[in-house]
Amino acid sequence: MEAHSAEEMQRHVKTYFAVYIALLVLTVATVGVSYLHTTTAMHILAAMVVALVKGSLVAAIFMHLSNEKKIIVYSLVLTVTFFIAIMVIPVLVECEIFRYLDRMVS
Amino acid sequence: MSSHHEEGFIRKYIFSTDHKVIGIQYGLGAMFFLLMGFGLMLMMRWQIAFPGKSIPFIGKLLTQDGILSPELYNQFGAMHGTIMVFLGVVPMAVGAFGNYLLPLQVGAQDMAFPKLNMASFWVFFVGGLVMLYSFLLPGGAAQSGWTSYPPLSNIAPAGQTAWLIGMVFLITSSLLGSVNIIVTAVQLRVPGLSFFRLPFLVWAQLVTSFLLLLAFPPLEAAGVLQLMDRVFGTSFFMPSGLVVSGQALEVSGGGNPLLWQHLFWFLAHPEVYVLILPALGIVAEIVATNTRKPLYGYNTAVYAIIFLGFMSFIVWAHHMFMTGMGTGMSAFFQATTMIISIPSVIVLTVLLLTLWGASIRFTVPMLFALAFLPMFAIGGLTGLPLGLTASDIYLHDTYYVIGHFHYVVAPGTLMALMGGVYHWYPKITGRMFNKTLGKLHFWGTFIGMNGIFAPMFFIGMAGVSRRLYDATIYEMARSVQPLNVIMTYSSWLLAAAQVLFLINIFASLRKPKEAAADNPWEATTLEWAAPTPPLPHQNFPEPLEAYRGPYEYNTTSREFAPQHLQEA
Amino acid sequence: MSAVIPYISKPHPVTGVTNAKFGIWLFLASEVMLFGALFSTYIVLRVGAETWPHGSEYLSVPWAFANTVVLITSSLTMVMSWAALQMNNFAKYKKYMGATVLLSFGFLIIKYIEYSAKFHHGYFPANNTFLAIYFTMTGLHGLHVIGGIIVNGYLLFPGSKMWSTEPERFAGRVECAGLYWHFVDLVWIFLFPVLYLL
Repeated sequence: MEAHSAEEMQRHVKTYFAVYIALLVLTVATVGVSYLHTTTAMHILAAMVVALVKGSLVAAIFMHLSNEKKIIVYSLVLTVTFFIAIMVIPVLVECEIFRYLDRMVS
Repeated sequence: MSSHHEEGFIRKYIFSTDHKVIGIQYGLGAMFFLLMGFGLMLMMRWQIAFPGKSIPFIGKLLTQDGILSPELYNQFGAMHGTIMVFLGVVPMAVGAFGNYLLPLQVGAQDMAFPKLNMASFWVFFVGGLVMLYSFLLPGGAAQSGWTSYPPLSNIAPAGQTAWLIGMVFLITSSLLGSVNIIVTAVQLRVPGLSFFRLPFLVWAQLVTSFLLLLAFPPLEAAGVLQLMDRVFGTSFFMPSGLVVSGQALEVSGGGNPLLWQHLFWFLAHPEVYVLILPALGIVAEIVATNTRKPLYGYNTAVYAIIFLGFMSFIVWAHHMFMTGMGTGMSAFFQATTMIISIPSVIVLTVLLLTLWGASIRFTVPMLFALAFLPMFAIGGLTGLPLGLTASDIYLHDTYYVIGHFHYVVAPGTLMALMGGVYHWYPKITGRMFNKTLGKLHFWGTFIGMNGIFAPMFFIGMAGVSRRLYDATIYEMARSVQPLNVIMTYSSWLLAAAQVLFLINIFASLRKPKEAAADNPWEATTLEWAAPTPPLPHQNFPEPLEAYRGPYEYNTTSREFAPQHLQEA
Repeated sequence: MSAVIPYISKPHPVTGVTNAKFGIWLFLASEVMLFGALFSTYIVLRVGAETWPHGSEYLSVPWAFANTVVLITSSLTMVMSWAALQMNNFAKYKKYMGATVLLSFGFLIIKYIEYSAKFHHGYFPANNTFLAIYFTMTGLHGLHVIGGIIVNGYLLFPGSKMWSTEPERFAGRVECAGLYWHFVDLVWIFLFPVLYLL
């Protein structure tokens, strides 16, 4: 933890409140969007984009990731890589087996 | 801050925060479970070789007629795997060797989080107790294999629930331990000990800990999901319309049994490297010390294991070629599986080339290390036909698979761990073991293990499935049945050799302390700079600095330069 | 005797972080994989299901919306409690940390109201895979909230004595607890739309 000057901290505090307002607005937005009549795919896209923006704000500002040491950033990049790997499981379980079955049936 | 009064017995030996005491606790615990897993296997081997005959001496304790029942056989099979992997080898390789040696090798006074370290041992202890307790439950312990595939495991008796709870404890313990090891290896290195001056064992533990840290949580999630299935009646792994013994199951359905397999192997493939990497690290230390040569291609080996660790996360589905995931995906995992064999071969080549031109000291640990090299090679090479989809169709779920991974883990990892025990025994205890007994132990183990595992390849290629209670009901198994008898006799030889091992390490404790035990092997890494045994909670009387790489031996002059001495 | 561990309150000169901060980030990395596996499970179940209910058919969006606001607010008060320590204002720290703990209890109370409504309507985990994953994920998240309350409660009352003896180390502890708490918030940010809105 580095020493922070009072002035610098005041600036940080302003950012924190700004992020807080943004998070509230985005929460209202994501609920609002969910009442619109559109396709499920569009709903999923909108919800995920908003969630990603909100999550990035929390991680970057509240968790100070935007200005973090290399060792932590590298550890997280590694984690995200394997996170993507685990998100491949649904593809393995579902899509391929369906294509396989389709071929068997047709 | 620090209290300078004498610690009581409990603080000193039971709830100690000293990494050395915790390492020994892990070591003794793991040894107990390794022997227990081995004992389960001895009883199973009797049934396989002599189906329907009562087990001599202890059979009557198990069943009325002394014959191992099919239910018990299934329990012993599932618990043999679970105990050996999660309660034996991992606690020994990472818990015992990692805890005891890693802080010493980086020159630290303790692990980065000593209290967390103590907590991780006691969480492991509770997990072990839950696993042991499961044998006493109605219906016995888990019996769906160490992989616990649903839907079978979902409808198994209560032992499976205990298995899942035990696993959650063991996983939590490993997670805490791996955080500790990574932070210690990164933050607590003494001045001058840069990353590329670390002993290879520290690198191996570091990569291992990353694997544990990132691969174990998916299994923890899967364990929670299966607990939900079993306790709250959810259907995460239960497909719709499941019929058991002619009766439709009363579950909502809609789940997917394959999901478990993916989550399980997402851990369990990196787990294979968790089992083998510390062993490679131990062998590298022993080989460098006893060849009196720097490790040939140290940097290459380090990069190789980093790449190995990374790749181990994207090969898991090669355990599931038979689940119909389609040719495209199978081809991808077949390719990654072939790629991951390259770094393993690089490390093995590094170790072999280190032997080149050396006048080798054939000490007891070196015998184990030398045996490890071809044994691990056999284990690795026999894995290739399983990673290729075409040959896997034939070999899948046969004894060939059992032979393959036992060659990696038993004559591979376990022999490396035994070598490690001998190598660091003088540092830990201040005494030298009996060398004749050590050599007898080595030859008994070496012959016994090969006698058990080599015939498995032939039995597997004859088409015998891996989980059969009595294979002789099948015609094709009868022709290879004599091999099973040889294997069972070999397992007794192996058991006899381990008795020598236990006698050796416990009886040698009664010898007087040797003054020369500080560095009996003339090794260079930092743990040998500590007094014997290293000081409690402090390790080194004075803070150290490192001035050079880990293996500065001179082959011709027989001189060596320890890392901590400024003047070589 | 206890070992002297360096870099407990001062950061390591090369890596630039304290042991605890590196450790908590590694722990959070493993948590990412834990929840990653659960989100992956959600997708598998949803894609494999013949019909999948819209969250609002079973769940109450207004309550969940309220809970989101509560949790986001607690994240703000958490980071403000850390900032208060940076500005040497211990009284303000106490206020913000107290608010964080109160808001976390608020979150659990709302969760309790939601759960009892579900049970009252006869919605249980065993009914279908949607409710199964809903109860599992929110339940696991709830356990994380309880863990956060224990840690933050400790830092609010007995643990805060450290401020007078080792202020730097104490601020480090609050920062680590904060990282964990923001992560709990971050998980909820994804859980909310996935379970309630889609």
